[in-house]
Amino acid sequence: MATEKMSIAKALNESLRKALDTDPKVLVMGEDVGKLGGVFRITDGLQKDFGEERIIDTPLAESGIVGTAIGLALRGYRPVVEIQFDGFVFPAYDQIVTQLAKMHARALGKVKLPVVVRIPYGGGIGAVEHHSESPEALFAHVAGLKVVSPSNASDAYWMLQQAILCDDPVIFFEPKRRYWDKGELDTEAVPGPLHAAVTVRDGSDLTLAAYGPMVKVCLEAAAAAQEEGKSIEVVDLRSMSPIDFDTVQASVERTGRLVVVHEAPVFYGSGAEIAARITERCFYHLEAPVLRVGGYHVPYPPARLEDEYLPGLDRVLDAVDRSLAY
Amino acid sequence: MTVESTAARKPRRGSKRTSAAKAPASAEPQLVQLLTPEGERVEHPDYTIDLTADELRGLYRDMVLTRRFDAEATALQRQGELGLWASLLGQEAAQIGSGRALRDDDYVFPTYREHGVAWCRGVDPTNLLGMFRGVNHGGWDPSTNNFHLYTIVIGSQTLHATGYAMGVAKDGADSAVIAYFGDGASSQGDVAEAFTFSAVYNAPVVFFCQNNQWAISEPTERQTRVPLYQRAQGYGFPGVRVDGNDVLACLAVTRWALERARRGEGPTLVEAFTYRMGAHTTSDDPTKYREDAERAAWEAKDPIQRLRTHLEKREIADAAFFTALDEESETLGKRVREAVRAMPDPDRMALFDHAYADGSSLVDEERAQFAAYQASFAEEGN
Repeated sequence: MATEKMSIAKALNESLRKALDTDPKVLVMGEDVGKLGGVFRITDGLQKDFGEERIIDTPLAESGIVGTAIGLALRGYRPVVEIQFDGFVFPAYDQIVTQLAKMHARALGKVKLPVVVRIPYGGGIGAVEHHSESPEALFAHVAGLKVVSPSNASDAYWMLQQAILCDDPVIFFEPKRRYWDKGELDTEAVPGPLHAAVTVRDGSDLTLAAYGPMVKVCLEAAAAAQEEGKSIEVVDLRSMSPIDFDTVQASVERTGRLVVVHEAPVFYGSGAEIAARITERCFYHLEAPVLRVGGYHVPYPPARLEDEYLPGLDRVLDAVDRSLAY
Repeated sequence: MTVESTAARKPRRGSKRTSAAKAPASAEPQLVQLLTPEGERVEHPDYTIDLTADELRGLYRDMVLTRRFDAEATALQRQGELGLWASLLGQEAAQIGSGRALRDDDYVFPTYREHGVAWCRGVDPTNLLGMFRGVNHGGWDPSTNNFHLYTIVIGSQTLHATGYAMGVAKDGADSAVIAYFGDGASSQGDVAEAFTFSAVYNAPVVFFCQNNQWAISEPTERQTRVPLYQRAQGYGFPGVRVDGNDVLACLAVTRWALERARRGEGPTLVEAFTYRMGAHTTSDDPTKYREDAERAAWEAKDPIQRLRTHLEKREIADAAFFTALDEESETLGKRVREAVRAMPDPDRMALFDHAYADGSSLVDEERAQFAAYQASFAEEGN
């Protein structure tokens, strides 16, 4: 066992290092990823060890970063691009949606685009505008893209490895406010499938489903509810496209209740998709309607208001109470 | 060899602001030209070319067959066999000249109008029609002929070309990459970003802009205040404007630009100054936005007639050559027509094919639902 405790940020760095070591076709591209090591230092030290030809500092142009990564992938490379912050991905959205997502289908399968787009996302760090958004539903809605988000160090390490090995484009959302959270990482473990959800806490009264930054909040909520005698199960979805509905369904069939939690606005969010599917799949098991907790249908607020916007422990527990009251 | 005048275009009605948007006359550049509209061979101090009689006849054949293919596709659209067609009529010299400058190991990133370049790459022309008939979105394997799929979003492919060229340089290969785009695409941010990336990484890529004067109904002066080839200067690489109706000049200049790329001297912008004789696609009506006189002025510069005059004057091709080519042209038209009509609709289950390379449980679930739905009709005996 090569288990050690490390932060999500460090796990991602180690994961990139492993991928670069294993496959000479893996490249890392983005703004400030070289000497600086990225604004969150996820690529710290990589350029020193792998050189400027593989750890590529780019011009400040997101469409250009993704567009050239597509070209490099067509040439046989496996680029891992870093978008500096969630709100900056939109200049590249056209390339991601109209080109990266669709070229494989356009070529009837004769072209593969193994490009990973890493995006530090979500709020809770007191940042300025465009630095705290959760646009995952906008990507999950697009066929051809896979969309995942780890919630802990072990998943950060393994899911990034798996994303880089994947022959489809993967949008890899990193929960930036959890970057410094530490967890156990076994670099010799055999990881589960990239798109499998994981039940991270067992319970019998209600299921909380979340991913990325909200998994920690849900685990804390479940622990708090335990003190009131409520048994809450927590499912870490890990993947927003595809979604492992089977695992969620199995949990809901045990508990009879589901609350989906995410930071993104509730309206048209991934919670809506999960609520609809689970209602279709286990209508007769449900004791209450599937409830959703998430952001409001407003622009992401200034930092002094983000605690009101982001689902915290109390809002999750409130939804738990509402569900149990049915 | 002065710039092709745009004076035939009548000034539009409207404010002074509209007329001020026209490029100042003093900015009109020299065109590289090796064959005049009258079919006279002329020399240029920087771009020379020496072709055999066979090669000259070959270029003529390429242009004639490409035009024939294009005419057939236009007719097929009118007959309802194709949903849409983007004609290259008038741009044969730009495409054949640049296309014949390429080596087999070079890589092409086209727009949706590069039928002549596809021809030069050896792509079966009937492969180009699937997307216009609506049976696929491209479908060919780009690596077979190093000819990428047609890209419909304007200018996106210039970045793919740049990234591919960065990969060529990383591999230590000496092949080059060419990206095609139009005057309208020159307004897109992606093209500007492609210029930036290619310049800073010294990527072996040639940007080949066919300035056909019109982006659907928007004229070039709605895209730029300076001649397009001059954009390159701001990015730190050369830009050249070539007579896009002169196949020899297009060949010579593209060859030069590709050689620069191979030598590691980085990108070049070639602006082929040409004219789209027909509509942008079969969906628009150019009589609504441009004057007949303008088209007539460009007809006099027809790229095919120009080379034909030259071949005849120099006795490079005889009547037997032209007759044989006419027959070959008719055969091609017939083959294209039959191929399109025989093109089957895809199997309905193909709906779910190729959404993902590594599969997706979501697609699997929907495929199964769709199959069960289809099977329910069979059970009912339908």
